[in-house]
Amino acid sequence: MAGSELTIEDLKRILRDAAGETEGIDLDGDILDQTFEDLGYDSLALLETGSRIEREHGIELEDTSVTVVETPRALLAVVNEQLAAERAA
Amino acid sequence: MTTSVVVTGIGVTAPNGLGTDAFWAATRAGESGIGPVKRFDATGYPAKLAGEVPGFEATDHLPSRLIPQTDHMTRLALVAADWALADAGVALDQWQQFDMGVITASSSGGFEFGQNELQKLWAKGGQYVSAYQSFAWFYAVNTGQISIRNGMQGPSGVVVSDQAGGLDALAQARRQIRKGTRLIVSGGVDGSICPWGWIAQVAAGRLTGSEDPDKAYRPFAADADGYVPGEGGALLILEDAESARERGARVYGEIAGYAATFDPKPGSGREPGLKRAIEAALADAGVTAADIDVVFADAAAVPDLDRAEAEAIGAVFGPRGVPVTAPKTMTGRLYSGAASLDTAAALLSIRDGVIPPTTNVAPAPEYDLDLVVDGPRTAPVATALVLARGYGGFNSAMVVRKAAK
Repeated sequence: MAGSELTIEDLKRILRDAAGETEGIDLDGDILDQTFEDLGYDSLALLETGSRIEREHGIELEDTSVTVVETPRALLAVVNEQLAAERAA
Repeated sequence: MTTSVVVTGIGVTAPNGLGTDAFWAATRAGESGIGPVKRFDATGYPAKLAGEVPGFEATDHLPSRLIPQTDHMTRLALVAADWALADAGVALDQWQQFDMGVITASSSGGFEFGQNELQKLWAKGGQYVSAYQSFAWFYAVNTGQISIRNGMQGPSGVVVSDQAGGLDALAQARRQIRKGTRLIVSGGVDGSICPWGWIAQVAAGRLTGSEDPDKAYRPFAADADGYVPGEGGALLILEDAESARERGARVYGEIAGYAATFDPKPGSGREPGLKRAIEAALADAGVTAADIDVVFADAAAVPDLDRAEAEAIGAVFGPRGVPVTAPKTMTGRLYSGAASLDTAAALLSIRDGVIPPTTNVAPAPEYDLDLVVDGPRTAPVATALVLARGYGGFNSAMVVRKAAK
């Protein structure tokens, strides 16, 4: 899996496995620019999500890069930037 | 005048019944929930029986957000709390968050969850360990999860005193209500039926090796040879009696008296602490031995412990001086969940005027106990005594009684 892009669909699946889905929130809707807080995910949920992304993609993220980003779009950008850098290296 | 503290709600997850009604119907009828261990393969272990809660699908009761972060026993506790609150008719949106607290008992924390994460740690590496291990194993986790789920920010905590904890938690809840909190969710729901938990229990040397569910756990029998462990328990809603009356709540009964003692050092030759706990609990309730209509025994099924309990009961009540029962013969010993479940059973006995039976036991004559063994006994019950002992010398006694009209 290392090297392939993390898509929003990947992220939704990982979020569901890592931390479940908040009642009343539809992850299948357009969530790219909603905040993780509004989606019902706290810092521990994001830590667990980050750890699963690392395992799937064979990368190591800075702890802070997962917990300071506020939206799925920002998280995808951080992860994919790092994946691109490792492909180029 | 000291604040009176009453029970207004009961939530039960027990091996012989999921939900209060199922549990109580089975308990009255003498129906057991003990059987071969199903939660893991116990072949090769010296103990092979357990009391496991039947038919519990966590996803039927809890949001998916809670599933990855909870041990099995925490899921049982969250559901028991939901049911207790519903039973008490508590509409959370009509309560101030700081008027409600959570005080539970625990014996080992989330062992099954913890074992899974340790296996990942050693088999695959640290990056495979769940971030939720940070709290999912922890003693206080049931209190924390119930508090978060229901928005309860009043005085909260956890009591860890093995089997005595089921009473000690209720007593701590009573203290906090007397200090001014209106409502506390309290009691114990426990369980660690997994290899890691099992080994710890086997090491204590008190589990039966029997493989026959109908003969395995026989407290106060002449040939008692240990107990069967179980999972589950009960959570109760405790309220300030005045506040409960004002909102028109149905009241099961009052937490009228409590005391806890600690046994002297082994080998000291001094008397074990259970009798003192009973006497102090009766005094705390302002009743005498003659007022007690039934005793729910700790019922260890370990000969020395059975003898110590029979002697303490005999010293306070006289030979065959009070009906004694141990419905936990139908569930196994539920660690911190046991005494809360016994307290629930005692309150239901008061409600229905019936004492549930002790199953599978032919009582040893030498103990001189009036053990309720041949089916349920119909009798008016106004005041009941619940006993619980924890590994290491904890003794607790609690008096519950019909609430004043």
